[in-house]
Amino acid sequence: MNVRSAIHFAATALAFTVLTFAGAPPAAAADTVDPVADARAFKKYFTDKFPKVKLEDFVNGPYSMDAGLHKQWEEKEQFPPYEFALEKGKEMFSKPFKNGKTYGDCFPNKGIGIRQNYPYFDEKDGKVVTLELALNRCRETNGEPPFDYKKDDMAALTAYMAFTSRGKAMNIKIPNDPRALQAYQKGKEYFYTRRGQLNFSCATCHVQSPGERIRAEVLAPALGILNAMPIYRSQWSGMGTISRRFTSCNSQVRGVPLKPQDDEYRNLEYYLSYVSNGLPISGPGARP
Amino acid sequence: MRIDMLKSALVLALLAAATTSALAAGSEADFKAAYAAAEAANKEAGTMRNQWTTTAAKLASAKKEAAAGDFDKATASAKEAEALAKASIFQTTSEKTRWKEMEIR
Repeated sequence: MNVRSAIHFAATALAFTVLTFAGAPPAAAADTVDPVADARAFKKYFTDKFPKVKLEDFVNGPYSMDAGLHKQWEEKEQFPPYEFALEKGKEMFSKPFKNGKTYGDCFPNKGIGIRQNYPYFDEKDGKVVTLELALNRCRETNGEPPFDYKKDDMAALTAYMAFTSRGKAMNIKIPNDPRALQAYQKGKEYFYTRRGQLNFSCATCHVQSPGERIRAEVLAPALGILNAMPIYRSQWSGMGTISRRFTSCNSQVRGVPLKPQDDEYRNLEYYLSYVSNGLPISGPGARP
Repeated sequence: MRIDMLKSALVLALLAAATTSALAAGSEADFKAAYAAAEAANKEAGTMRNQWTTTAAKLASAKKEAAAGDFDKATASAKEAEALAKASIFQTTSEKTRWKEMEIR
């Protein structure tokens, strides 16, 4: 057995040990789904953990956690690395499709200043619709091929739409439909479920350890984490969408990512956005 | 005496050849069984929406090693892949309730 195999076996054994013997028996689960109480508790958790960080500053991710990084970020914002994507997105947004229609024709208010309302629950379809999904549906309705969900054109379009919504409070609604509540609950479950060989959940990094370093990176808090999307990430040397963020997180914990916009990711985005209601849209963002 | 020695040598050679062939065939069969078991476990993890990248990597290694004729190594890799896939299934099952422990309330 080589060293790599030994590490794999050791990690697996560790995962088993943690799973089998960790901590106290499961706490009594709250069977009722109460998104309002969840959002309140979510905000309280982070504001208690970081009493010096203003609520609206959590959307700045690692920059809200570390004074040195915050200073670097302020300087970076003079010439933001997402600027090229923003300009490209603006141009794409106004350029008509072959049939003469534009993206604006697919959205309320011609698509300007509406980022804070996504994702929403489509009662007709019975599923969550994200902004990325709505953009590709708009393209397909107008006879255009869909874009890759993770970067490039999709990131440029969502960057522009986020920019026109900057400062607006995230405003996700859960309609009086049991399917909507179920989608929210499934998103929550996904967020807290450990996966991958490293046995991490989204919460392991972004609830238990925000502000801590994982190698050279400072982990972002989950509160407001999607308000800054899409982001230019130095690590990626480019822009990335929410789909890119979710799939790359899964890979980093050695889990096989699902397909972008699979139901699980849409529900996760619904949950995470809902618990950040009231915090301002700050996208597009930049991250180390 | 010389004929006897030749006969013995021939018998030994045949025995050795038969043994080697039996071992090689056994090893390939072992690999095939181990690989099928690993693939089945990984498929189950897939239906649970929780496959691990390391399982896929080990399955790929096993295939490559088998193609190169190294069935011992290939079998070991396939067994590792099966162990990883089973661990991912265990994780999924256990997390069905354990996720609540981490929930902010």
